[in-house]
Amino acid sequence: MTDAVEIRNAVKRYGNVTALHGVSLTIRDNEFFTLLGPSGCGKTTLLRMIAGFEDVTEGEIRLFGQNIANLEPNHRPVNTVFQHYALFPHMSVIDNVAFGLKMQKVAQDARRKRAAEMLEMVHLSAFADRLPAQLSGGQQQRVALARALAPSPKVLLLDEPLSALDLKLRQAMRVELKQLQEDTGITFIFVTHDQEEALTMSDRIAVMSAGHVQQIGTAQEIYEAPVNRFVADFIGETNLLPVEVLSVRDGRAEVTLPGGHRLQVAAAGQGIGKHHLSIRPERMALTEAGDLQAVVDRVVYLGTDRQVIARLEDGTPLHLRLQNSDRVAVPAPGKRVGLAVEAGAARLLAD
Amino acid sequence: MALRNVRHYPGFLAMTVACLVILYAPLLVVMAYSFNDSTSITNWGGVSLRWYTDVFTGPEAPRFKAAAWNSLTIAVIAATSATAIATAAALAMLRAGGFKGRSLTYALINLPLMVPEIVIAVASLIFFSMVGLTPGYLTILIAHITFCIPFAYLPIAARLQGIDGSFEQAARDLYASRAQSFFLILLPLMMPGVVSGYLLAFIISLDDFIITNFVKGAGMETLPTAIYGSVKQGIKPNIMAISTLMLGVSILFVTLSYLINRKGQKSL
Amino acid sequence: MAGPGSNHAPGPGSWRGILVPLLLPTWAMIGIFLLLPVLLMAVYSFLTKEFRGGVEWEFSLAAYDQFFLNRGLFGDEPPTLEWTYITVFARSIAQAAGATALCLLIGFPTAWFIATRPASSRGIWLFLITVPYWVNLLIRTVSLRFLIRENGPLNDALMGVGLISEPLQIINTNMAVQLGLFYSYLPFMVLPIYAAVERYSFAYSEAAADLYANRWVTLREIVLPIVRPGIVAGCILVFIPSLGAFLAPNLLGGAKNFMIGSLIEEQFKKSLGNWPFGAAVSMILMTLVLIVLFVQARAATRQEVR
Repeated sequence: MTDAVEIRNAVKRYGNVTALHGVSLTIRDNEFFTLLGPSGCGKTTLLRMIAGFEDVTEGEIRLFGQNIANLEPNHRPVNTVFQHYALFPHMSVIDNVAFGLKMQKVAQDARRKRAAEMLEMVHLSAFADRLPAQLSGGQQQRVALARALAPSPKVLLLDEPLSALDLKLRQAMRVELKQLQEDTGITFIFVTHDQEEALTMSDRIAVMSAGHVQQIGTAQEIYEAPVNRFVADFIGETNLLPVEVLSVRDGRAEVTLPGGHRLQVAAAGQGIGKHHLSIRPERMALTEAGDLQAVVDRVVYLGTDRQVIARLEDGTPLHLRLQNSDRVAVPAPGKRVGLAVEAGAARLLAD
Repeated sequence: MALRNVRHYPGFLAMTVACLVILYAPLLVVMAYSFNDSTSITNWGGVSLRWYTDVFTGPEAPRFKAAAWNSLTIAVIAATSATAIATAAALAMLRAGGFKGRSLTYALINLPLMVPEIVIAVASLIFFSMVGLTPGYLTILIAHITFCIPFAYLPIAARLQGIDGSFEQAARDLYASRAQSFFLILLPLMMPGVVSGYLLAFIISLDDFIITNFVKGAGMETLPTAIYGSVKQGIKPNIMAISTLMLGVSILFVTLSYLINRKGQKSL
Repeated sequence: MAGPGSNHAPGPGSWRGILVPLLLPTWAMIGIFLLLPVLLMAVYSFLTKEFRGGVEWEFSLAAYDQFFLNRGLFGDEPPTLEWTYITVFARSIAQAAGATALCLLIGFPTAWFIATRPASSRGIWLFLITVPYWVNLLIRTVSLRFLIRENGPLNDALMGVGLISEPLQIINTNMAVQLGLFYSYLPFMVLPIYAAVERYSFAYSEAAADLYANRWVTLREIVLPIVRPGIVAGCILVFIPSLGAFLAPNLLGGAKNFMIGSLIEEQFKKSLGNWPFGAAVSMILMTLVLIVLFVQARAATRQEVR
């Protein structure tokens, strides 16, 4: 398979501020790729560099093999869905959708036809002659999508396109976006700070922080095998415990937890010394006599499950999730319990 | 209705009404007396249009016609030039990012608003006499273009500031060249500001008395200087007729500008 | 989300290189026809006067000397402070301050009243307040003079309803000048205060009410301090043009109440002109204005920092 976008050592500096520190990543053709990270991590900057709104201080951006770092935005076969859509307020919906084709000098008949098809695709044919201001937020969002897809770009860039929508609409749009990507076969590069959005839609995710790519992988890889504390903490909920690796043998490490308990976990190249261990709350269970002894501090009812906060002997708090089910016993606060960690659920981190 | 509405202060409505009465009473009185059929301004002699006829055909008519023509052409040329200059300036100030000399330029644009009018008048007179430009139509025009720039700039810049940069970027993203994204997207969106700026500059030029009075030279009159010259000897009924006509023009302009602005705000 | 100033970042699609030259006409027009003339005026204030108007190019402090010092009729007595022109300035400052106070007194309630109307009707109220400003200043001033003159419609009306038995002497008084200045610049007071009140959160007033403050205490202790920047801006915007005003004092104030504007204008009349002195008075006026603006800008920055 060809690579749609290849970014090599991209650096972006604004004066003395470095927004991107040598980012390299490869996005495959036909992929739903997400740049995920907190605000200020550089994800939007990277997207705007691909679109051509920010110049590249150092490095290369290749689109299907061609270096586009110095091309003007109107010469790049990529289109963008802007965060607040940027629908031209003085043009009708259909004129907005046809704008890119008009700029590409597509004949009037052909572009009207194509624009109408695109509106059909996003179920907005009835609104063709309205002005953007007369549409709801969700409808504007679809027009923005139709407009960006109308010129059949090689890559579609989406800059937090769902952030302005309310929760229900956002959830519905996730499914639609993914469907649209599969139907069109166009590479989508999606920027978001919402991990749930990223996990549900993406083929692969690049987690970014402070101008660096922290980890690239599928949703499952990133959730279950985070490489460092930032990724483990940013994606989902986790218990981060400072541990000491005592010995490493055959890919297995023996670690000491706070309070002195010992645990066998998978090692990923870490040596002997201080590290962090990530354990997801839903991957521990209460037992009579588990690996760990703890005292239940508090139980919080959350609907689908219960959160149990327990303390190890030295007082370190651990969060657990217990499924809300008749078959799972709810411990009373103050009760001494054992905790069983599922095999492979404890993840030794690189830092 | 709450027991106490924190927005309400007793007497504030009365003050507002008083404010409007003070603002409008003189204008309404002059308007009414312009239809007075008496040669005396003190007595009411019934309704007539004789002073309007007098404005156009009376002994002072040629003088006022010439002055009106000067005022109008100067206002049109000054407003057009100032609007073009201010539009260019606003684009540079708000779309070029931070560049060297930006804050200095900002101060320069606002200079005509900071220097008192009478000082501008004195400085212009001195400058024109120094470079040997004979006071007249041209000197009035140059002075008007200069002091109209900030008035045209303010609404244009305000409008441009409200237009998110993503519109131009979206156009560029959709294969528009720089020129296309300016003419097809940015300029149409700026238009309400440009029109407001034009109207404001036009009115300001038409309004000016002090600066014009200093740089106009002998024999050259605009409407305000002609009216002033006439009023010095006392207010005559024909002046009230002219005033009412000018009032009508002003109100037409301000209404136009108000409507354009309101429409513009809706579209963004 | 994006980097600093990302909207205007000099990416490949940037405008910067093309846009900055667009400032050339502005620099040229204001630089040559305003900044340069003002500098030239400063030079003129240090030149020697010529009797037919204009100057001789010879350095002289005569203009400033004439403004500040009294050396007797023949110029040979020990100099004492000359009060004639300082009095004109003092009177102008007092008149401008009076007009500013009048504008504030009526403008604040008006601005507050408008800002507390429903959003849909605010535009109309603002429109009503600003319309007179768009009417030619000379015409407005002439209209006011017509209305308040000794046997004018105002006195007629007041005597007609029996409120007064003799015509009120309003025209040619300080009061008339202040009224004229008020009339000229009122929208400059209302608009900034309106903008400040519109941003003001009425929850503060409700909190004050909740904590036992009455309306007027709330106004003094809570509202005024919070909307102060708008009030200060309004006062500056009225005070500064009032200080150099020409039409209102000239047409309404009579010979006794003339202000800086008339003093300057006198110096440029054909026969009895004194250009260096006129330039010097203009310089002093401009310095005064710049000091006011500078102090206000400093105060505003300090408030922002806080």
